[in-house]
Amino acid sequence: MPWRLLRFGLSKSHPEPRMFTAHDKLKPSYDVVIIGGGGHGLASAYYLARDHGITNVAVLEKGYIGGGNTGRNTTIIRSNYLTPEGVKFYDKSVQLYQDLSTEFDLNLFYSTRGHFTLAHTDSAMRTMRWRAEVNKHYGIASEVVGPEEVKRQTPQIDLSCGGHAPIQGALYHAPGAVARHDAVAWGYGRGADMRGAEIHQQTAVTGIEVKGGKVVGVHTTKGFISTNKVICAVAGFTPRITDMVGFKTPIFVHPLQAMVSEPMKPWLDTILVSGSLHIYVSQSARGELVMGASLDPYEVQSTRSTLDFPEGLAAHLLDMFPFLSHSKVVRQWAGMADMTPDFAPIMGMTPVEGFYLDSGWGTWGFKATPVCGKTMAWTAVNDKPHELITGFSLDRFRNYSLTGEKGAASVGH
Amino acid sequence: MKRLPAMPDEWLDRSRTVRFRFEGRSFEGLAGDSIASALWAAGQRSQGRSFKYHRVRGILSAANHDVNVMMQDGPKLNTRGDVVAVREGMDLTAVNTFGGLANDKARHLNKLSRFLPVGFYYKAFHNKRLFPLWEKMFRRITGLGVVDFSTPHIRTQKRYDFCDVLVIGAGPSGLAAALSAAEAGASVVVCDENARAGGSGLFQLGADGARRQHTVSLLQQVKAHPRIRLLEGTYAGAYYADRWVPLIDENRMTKMRAKSVIVASGAYEQPSVFRNNDLPGIMNGSAMQRLIYRYAVKPCNTAVVLAANADGYRVALDLLAAGAAVAAVLDMRASVPASPLADALRAKGVEILAGHAVYEAHADGKGELAGVTACRIDGSGRVVSGSQRRISCDGVAMSTGWSPAANLLYQAGTRMRFDDLLQQFVPEQLPEGVFACGKVNGVFRLESRITDGQRAGLAAAANAGFEVSGSITVPAETESPSHAWPVVAHPDGKNFVDFDEDLQVKDFENAVQEGYDNIELLKRFSTVGMGPSQGKHSNMTALRILARLTGKSPQQVGTTTARPFFHPVPLSHLAGRGFSPQRHSPLHGRHAALGAVFMQAGAWERPEYYAVPGKSRIDCIREEARRVRTAVALIDVGTLGKLEIRGPQAGEFLNRVYTGRYDNMKVGATRYAVMCDESGVLSDEGVVARVADDVFYFTTTSSGAATVYRELSRLNIEWKLDCGLINLTGSYSAMNLAGPASRKVLAQLTDMDLSSAAFPYLAVRSGTVAGIPARMMRVGFVGEWGYEIHVPAEYGATLWDALMKAGESSGIGPFGVEAQRLLRLEKGHLIVSQDTDGLTNPFEVGMDWAVKLDKPFFTGKRSLQIVRKMPLKRKLVGFRLGENHSGEVPKECHLIIQDGDIAGRVTSISWSPHVGRFIGLAFVLPSMSETGTAFQIRLTDGSMVNAEVCDTPFFDPKDERQKEIE
Repeated sequence: MPWRLLRFGLSKSHPEPRMFTAHDKLKPSYDVVIIGGGGHGLASAYYLARDHGITNVAVLEKGYIGGGNTGRNTTIIRSNYLTPEGVKFYDKSVQLYQDLSTEFDLNLFYSTRGHFTLAHTDSAMRTMRWRAEVNKHYGIASEVVGPEEVKRQTPQIDLSCGGHAPIQGALYHAPGAVARHDAVAWGYGRGADMRGAEIHQQTAVTGIEVKGGKVVGVHTTKGFISTNKVICAVAGFTPRITDMVGFKTPIFVHPLQAMVSEPMKPWLDTILVSGSLHIYVSQSARGELVMGASLDPYEVQSTRSTLDFPEGLAAHLLDMFPFLSHSKVVRQWAGMADMTPDFAPIMGMTPVEGFYLDSGWGTWGFKATPVCGKTMAWTAVNDKPHELITGFSLDRFRNYSLTGEKGAASVGH
Repeated sequence: MKRLPAMPDEWLDRSRTVRFRFEGRSFEGLAGDSIASALWAAGQRSQGRSFKYHRVRGILSAANHDVNVMMQDGPKLNTRGDVVAVREGMDLTAVNTFGGLANDKARHLNKLSRFLPVGFYYKAFHNKRLFPLWEKMFRRITGLGVVDFSTPHIRTQKRYDFCDVLVIGAGPSGLAAALSAAEAGASVVVCDENARAGGSGLFQLGADGARRQHTVSLLQQVKAHPRIRLLEGTYAGAYYADRWVPLIDENRMTKMRAKSVIVASGAYEQPSVFRNNDLPGIMNGSAMQRLIYRYAVKPCNTAVVLAANADGYRVALDLLAAGAAVAAVLDMRASVPASPLADALRAKGVEILAGHAVYEAHADGKGELAGVTACRIDGSGRVVSGSQRRISCDGVAMSTGWSPAANLLYQAGTRMRFDDLLQQFVPEQLPEGVFACGKVNGVFRLESRITDGQRAGLAAAANAGFEVSGSITVPAETESPSHAWPVVAHPDGKNFVDFDEDLQVKDFENAVQEGYDNIELLKRFSTVGMGPSQGKHSNMTALRILARLTGKSPQQVGTTTARPFFHPVPLSHLAGRGFSPQRHSPLHGRHAALGAVFMQAGAWERPEYYAVPGKSRIDCIREEARRVRTAVALIDVGTLGKLEIRGPQAGEFLNRVYTGRYDNMKVGATRYAVMCDESGVLSDEGVVARVADDVFYFTTTSSGAATVYRELSRLNIEWKLDCGLINLTGSYSAMNLAGPASRKVLAQLTDMDLSSAAFPYLAVRSGTVAGIPARMMRVGFVGEWGYEIHVPAEYGATLWDALMKAGESSGIGPFGVEAQRLLRLEKGHLIVSQDTDGLTNPFEVGMDWAVKLDKPFFTGKRSLQIVRKMPLKRKLVGFRLGENHSGEVPKECHLIIQDGDIAGRVTSISWSPHVGRFIGLAFVLPSMSETGTAFQIRLTDGSMVNAEVCDTPFFDPKDERQKEIE
């Protein structure tokens, strides 16, 4: 028993203060307004305060903090991307993640478990090699391994996957990790709050005032606030916000579903992903299998669940682990993935001065949370894109200099 | 034994004794018993341990929410002991104990609980060095049941079903609804998760036999009705859009589409909250009634009934009728409403104490209930000091309130409203086609529930298109079935709200103190409702606590989102048979007979090569390739996408979807075709053949066939051109006869003029081959004289046989995908998706000639116009390794390194027997693309291999072998 827990038993009252100050009213103006109180928005507020000393900041959240994709993902963290831009960016994110629990003094259950992207075909093996070679070039632990290594680390797996999708090998990424996703948002929220940023929950943005191509203020359900800088970090709601400032992004919103099993005694130590079987799975600290699959194949801005999703995912999971036949699914849910044509995010400057976009996070937003906060804060302060995000600019669609990450998406989308 | 005499509606088969083991001890039950009821009847009250503190637990609801009596049943993990029927020979253990139920080593966690407050794991254990060790410990103590790795892959059957009206729940209101709807003419399915229908109508009796008659009669009529199907032991797993409901029974999932859905799922009785409210012996009043009337088990000898509604009084009467003593009825309400129930109890000498509650419960040496301390509470639920008094008992019935089983209604999108009189959420606005009746609709009196069911049944039938007349009104409830504050504070806590997660009242107070004062945040931080029962017995109380702590009304606090599933669903049920479609070409049998080694290509299985005994794979492939170059060989290309477009504007359509020009083609000609997406990225390729003025036949890549057809169909609808698209991929068999002797072989089987003048290179001709109507194209993917022959699928094998026979004297043989990949590489032809990626435009791969930017429009034109003006970022080039390369050979996707940075990658590489070198294709920087440029490829181990850019084709650079020499 860690001594830190003793105080709970020895203290008469619960010895913990509020993690987030409750604010009744908005101030008339802020230096920076952040739309979206998910991981990205809260991290941006945190680094604005910590790195740049900017604390006159409001985070506006229409629901509750961490209630969007921060709380709906399958908590996987990795940096084995395909493009140099992606690899450097996510590597920074992983580095930041590894120290967050200490920095926050909050246990995020950041658990390095090793991440296998299984390849069932020749062409998948080629992509794995490509990723491994690019990863290694930038110092990321990433290698192509054979089926025997998959079996060694996950002895329970049926390498033939039911006979119709034999595993030929895998991309193995030792630093691959999972973390308690909600706590990431809470840690950033508490850190930002402690440093003076204001988190306003149940406060929706209804309009954005732009004059002469510059942001001048934000209309909310709790009144108007003036500001010259707005960071927009709203994932599936990005098109609604960019409509308010009057420009378009090539973002299309697809639902992405996930599900979780009843708790069982831990047996799966690794994180497994299979593009061919449309599956990713890991086992949480509660003993639940956390499972996801590919995007729903149609555009719709909704978080409704469908039956075909658990049906397909269950069938593929049993191909891999037939002995789970009796295990039960407790719950399924969905998030809204803001997809871009090249599967890389859209970050940084926009046609509107003072309006900074953090979007296009599709299915890979959670793992980028720390680095997004850090680079968006820098970008808003310096009014130019941080060097790690130049490859993700909105301009790239105009300039035809795309950052092709499709091959690194965890499962075929 | 606590077995009672036969009950009228009991589920037991008294003629069959069932022997089973639990925690290593032998037990006997009766057929029809649940595991829990059999154990209870045998005096085994401790049936499991809790998740966090490992406290002893017993029956709580007997209604499929008792997560603390989950058992390991051989390979079946997390078996719900409270509802699963006991079977002969079962060998059961409680889940998640360390050393067995009785001596669980983890029970000491209970004593440490004050050091383990809500969210304690966020507040410690995160020393970076030590966390992995702590995590190991956490992973050892976490989880419930154990997976048995020898469990076979269970393949269940799924079923689709349809009905006019689906009724979920076969209690009094559901049965009444089913009858009314059926009487109106609807076909009705009524399902109930219990082994037998009847619901609370057969156990909430108050020892009044007449009360069950309503339900017995309804049940008889339902069972006899020709338009009603009654599915017992079947639960509605979820509600999906458009009345799509998976019905789960023991063996399968039935996917039901109904015109109307009636949710008659009742209500969950909610545990009251007081110190030690989890001791075995303390259970919901309805759980005691289930034990009595379903399983004929006497729940206890002496009971205290904690009541706040008429249901509690009925429980007391039922207990008396079952031979138990009732030490007291503690009514949490300030006064006891006058009622015949109270009179009956008093007449039997039962003490009824208004304004009283249980202050705490006391355990005996085994940790099971031995007595309670009762207390007086004031109007706001506070304990009146000095009012405590001890009562001995071995049973406490908690009957202080309900929560609607509204999960499916929430999933359907129902807007719910908190009703202050009922102290319950009730539907305010139901979605179209969805109806609710009974307790879930806020109707509690038995007669009213039946009326409400009739009302819903008629409305549902009307919605399904049946004529109904008259209207039914349901009298309003006059008495609240639920207490607004069923919570008693205690300085020492252990007053549990969530039994799945071992959450006490102070956990909520502390979470709110820390800022988690929103219902969704509270859930995520405290984990309330996140256990296997998904909050069925805890969410409502948590909401009340949060409302009180924040000074809000329950309506303002709101509920968390209800999501599938209602009860957990086995993966085997969801997976069904596990459908993995496989496509075989019509020639599959021929390939197999020839020794083909198959490879997966999307859903297809294709011959990778044909194995020859005694020869290595690589030798077989090279021999196949040699045969193409020197004699003649045959490959099955039937997996290519084969589409036909007909109509006056067919040419215009192709002009729009491919980068080239097709409306100006002559009939009888073919032309290469490249497809791009809107961003100008190369997405597919194929060959277009004009077979008549307004008919084009064209191919796509094998992997792109389905996607291209889908996308073109979409565009055809969007553009409204005068043409129609047909997918012939599966209807046609196709094979490529290639090699210097191909014309000679083909000539034996056809009357067609195969002369160069009549059938030149890149022409398409129709005729008969071996008596089979065929379309033939002279194409040259592998770089030899050849014919791609397309025939109706059913004649494919006949044609294959005929060609093989005709080619015998020329040394014909089959060749597979690998040989073809080598041959095309020798010709420098790229394979889309291998030699291109998600960003490749046609200019990067030297296909400028295929892009007709002077056309008014084609998909991707705008982008390509812009891209063409920009400098290239990379180029696909041919390369070769040194003449005497020895050592490891680079693989596809190895990187090209220049000045320490990535300068490209290998996309294809192979040994070419006809060139005598390793040759390949690679993306390189434009500055490196000149023929003769030397560059380096980095292998996996970091060592470098020298290579040199060279011209393509590598073999037969002037294409003299495949076409007429002019």
